Amino acid sequence: MLVRILGDFAIAEEIVQDALVVALEHWPVEGIPNNPGAWLMTVAKRRALNQLSRDAAYRAKLALLAQPVSHEPDDRLRLMFICCHPALSRAAQVALTLRAVCGFTTAEIAHAFLTSEATVAQRLVRARRKIVATNIPYRLPSDEELEARLSEVLAVLYLMFNEGYLASSGPTPARRDLAEDAAWLAALMARLLPGEPEPLGLLALMRLHLARSEARFTPAGDLVLLRDQDRSHWDRAMIREAVALIEQAAAARRLGPYQIEAAIAACHAEAESWAATDWRQIVVLYDLLLRMTPSPVIQLNRAVALWQVEGPEAALAEVNALASSLEHYHLFHATRAELLLDLSHREQARAAALRALELTQNCAEQALLTRRVLEW
Amino acid sequence: MKYVLLFCGTQEAQREWEQTTEEARSEQYRLVGQWFQDHASKLGPGHQLQGPHTATTVRHQAGKEPIIHDGPFIEGNEVIGGYVEINVADLDEALRLARSWPAGGVVEIRPTMD
Repeated sequence: MLVRILGDFAIAEEIVQDALVVALEHWPVEGIPNNPGAWLMTVAKRRALNQLSRDAAYRAKLALLAQPVSHEPDDRLRLMFICCHPALSRAAQVALTLRAVCGFTTAEIAHAFLTSEATVAQRLVRARRKIVATNIPYRLPSDEELEARLSEVLAVLYLMFNEGYLASSGPTPARRDLAEDAAWLAALMARLLPGEPEPLGLLALMRLHLARSEARFTPAGDLVLLRDQDRSHWDRAMIREAVALIEQAAAARRLGPYQIEAAIAACHAEAESWAATDWRQIVVLYDLLLRMTPSPVIQLNRAVALWQVEGPEAALAEVNALASSLEHYHLFHATRAELLLDLSHREQARAAALRALELTQNCAEQALLTRRVLEW
Repeated sequence: MKYVLLFCGTQEAQREWEQTTEEARSEQYRLVGQWFQDHASKLGPGHQLQGPHTATTVRHQAGKEPIIHDGPFIEGNEVIGGYVEINVADLDEALRLARSWPAGGVVEIRPTMD
């Protein structure tokens, strides 16, 4: 069926080069697309399966879609790489990926990133124009480009995931659909680039987060911190799978930031309690990560681990040293608040928690910080 | 497809360059010369430009006489130091060329109008 529709891969190329966005405008509404391209088919199949399972009227079409589809895997890869081309802004990369690879509508993208449809539409049009005007090629990166280009794709997927996992603002704290779409794409990248360890690392990292998602909120929708989560609600099978992915990635013997982050998440996931966590190992992993990708946010996370190893005073000194770069980051102040409380500086702790409260737009985090300020 | 590479840098870099030793400067010229030689088949016309103090700007205004002023039109710290036209298959190839530019600074890539 696909081969007949496809006929010529040049057609698929033309769509992506020239009408990437327009071609996809209609099918999420109309159902199964009549458009060329194996990737379209895969996306259609997946999204249609979601939708059709809810809609009995389309059961007949479901049977049709369940038939195996002959893929041209490179086609989906090429699409990922063009959507995440470094000549496009990060916002455009994300919007294009959601539209072209995940089949989101403009409205769905706008909803996912709490922006207006007009903004998203304009972003997509501009990106499409730039692809055409500057002749961004629709092909796989060369071997020497692959690492840099892949890290661009993975950064887009991780951003999507985080936006879904803990939305930065808005009334619904977690949008798991977006996170699951991101994990699905990470799995696709891992499958299509079997020689590359970092997609596996990212996939493992996402699965480790998803495995804990049940325990992250109370039934009332309140955010529960890792320390206080009921670990019996974690998805043990998913954790085991994720750890196996990390091992599979490690076999390539090319360590990368996502593999290390996944290893850190695994330390948490495999620990029986907050206290029984292997904090020393986590500090070592953060040191490794910092050598690869120095960042004040990673230093902040390392300080939290250091708190468990060397106590609150040592950790607070490290955190305070980050003040100039993280002054506007709510978790910097939230972490300071915790450390100050541990050192019995109650008033300073409250002040820091209030500062964190001012800086976060996420409603679940706001609620948590408000409870803190009231309790302390 | 045709693009133009605009080679830009900061005024500080320009001053540093003017004060650099003869040796370092000729080494830099050698690297740049090598780059032009290595990519000769893809390069069209281009030039290094004289410093921004030699620039004169003519600003047109609708219905009025144009304003002529001494100095470059770009405000702030950036200086265009030169340009070259390139003829390559696509943006990725243009990016590869721009990345391999040996003289540092900023390289802007613009496709030309057909």
